[in-house]
Amino acid sequence: MRIETVKFIVKAIVLAFLAALALLILYWLFFASNWSWLPKYAPLLLKGFWLTLLLFFISSFFGILLAVPIGLVQVTGPPWLAFIARWFCTIIRGTPLLVQLWLLYYGLGSLFPSIPGIRESFMWPVLREGFYYAAFAFTLSFAGYEGEVMRGAFLGVPRGELEAARAYGMSPFTVLRRVWFPRAVRLVLPTLAGETVLQLKSMPLAFTVTVMELMGVVSKIRQDTYIVFEPLMFIAAIYMLLTFVFVALFGRFERMVPQRR
Amino acid sequence: MAEKPGLLEILSFSNTGYGDELAWGAVISITIAVLAYAIGLLIGIIGALGKLNGSATTRAVLDGYTTLVRAVPEIILILLLYYAGTAALNVFLESIGRGPFAINGFLAAVWVLGFVQGAYSTEVLRAAIQAIPIGQLEAARAYGMNPFLEFRRITLPSMLPYALPGLANLWLIITKDTALIAVVGYTELTLATRQAAGNTKMYFTFFLVAGAIYLLISLISQKGFKVLEKRVRLGQRSQV
Repeated sequence: MRIETVKFIVKAIVLAFLAALALLILYWLFFASNWSWLPKYAPLLLKGFWLTLLLFFISSFFGILLAVPIGLVQVTGPPWLAFIARWFCTIIRGTPLLVQLWLLYYGLGSLFPSIPGIRESFMWPVLREGFYYAAFAFTLSFAGYEGEVMRGAFLGVPRGELEAARAYGMSPFTVLRRVWFPRAVRLVLPTLAGETVLQLKSMPLAFTVTVMELMGVVSKIRQDTYIVFEPLMFIAAIYMLLTFVFVALFGRFERMVPQRR
Repeated sequence: MAEKPGLLEILSFSNTGYGDELAWGAVISITIAVLAYAIGLLIGIIGALGKLNGSATTRAVLDGYTTLVRAVPEIILILLLYYAGTAALNVFLESIGRGPFAINGFLAAVWVLGFVQGAYSTEVLRAAIQAIPIGQLEAARAYGMNPFLEFRRITLPSMLPYALPGLANLWLIITKDTALIAVVGYTELTLATRQAAGNTKMYFTFFLVAGAIYLLISLISQKGFKVLEKRVRLGQRSQV
């Protein structure tokens, strides 16, 4: 058979299949789908939306705060610190986030009650709440991935610039603040943008430790009403919108960095 | 409460230990990862070629696929496809007069993860093919090679060095993404761990062990990919 004929047949089959799928989805969306749950659960979903964003901002902020020293000590730190930082990154990047989260929530969470007197202490409400475990796990995860990114970033700054800064008589800390750190961040801004979107997409895992963020609300709707698809599609759309917003925001940041091209 | 059993005892392969359950879970996780990765690569090759050589319709469809899949969290996609796929299949089976059938969790997991992975593979392979100096492809066509021969002899071997770092990354991601299948309730390594931990109430120990197994898989894979990368870069001028 000639190659054009094969191409045509494959294309016709694929297009027919896609058209049928699209029609099916449209039919389902307009005639068979059930959105009666939406008004009742709208307030809960809105709360879940803010909780998702809160979890995202907390974990990204503290994660990047940790990532800078983790990256830096791997480049200039004493060997033992560099060793610890390197293994921290390897372990975080080599194991599933879900396992890390469950290790903290179920593992640590089951060890805490055996400490005498902890149930009466002021820390107990915090230690019982899934939200803090999720925030902690996501922070460590972001720190691990971004620590590796920052290591590459610090390495990528041309030596000459650092030598010039030192020749001006800047103290090591001033070199870091004025030259090394700002240059490093600009080098990896596109990478950080991609990583931040990945971090956003990890948030739904929090529902496995009883956090009522978007996915948690969806699973409650499912338990209450047995409706599965519509709520899932709804929050999929929300996540898509959030992703596009963050991509656009980072695009603006990147354009703010002056470039000589 | 009885005295806690030792580490060797709970990880033994006997009836009282959970070593065999965890090992079996690890085998299932790796199998799911390998099959899903293969499906992802297949989708990726077709997708990349379609994005580069296809008509406007083909490209629009593929752009929609990669954008949608990459903008939605994996766990939501997995739940959506897992439930939607089984429901659609049952509706279809009922329409041709067969009763509803119990979904095979293993196959569903493989297809769902492969479908998600395909979007990422498409982008990695597209970028790699675009990195091939265009003259090489033009030379192949000038020799009169048909598209299949051109792909096998020229495109595939010369894109591999560009694609391999991205593909290695995707492999590391898929081995970890198999853990998400635990949320759907299929017993792979993570869920097997959770069940073992629940039975013994030794959550901390078991999740540490599971973490160590995943880490070992990652470390071995990284070494393997390093060797592979050296191989596909044979005869290339060294970078940097």
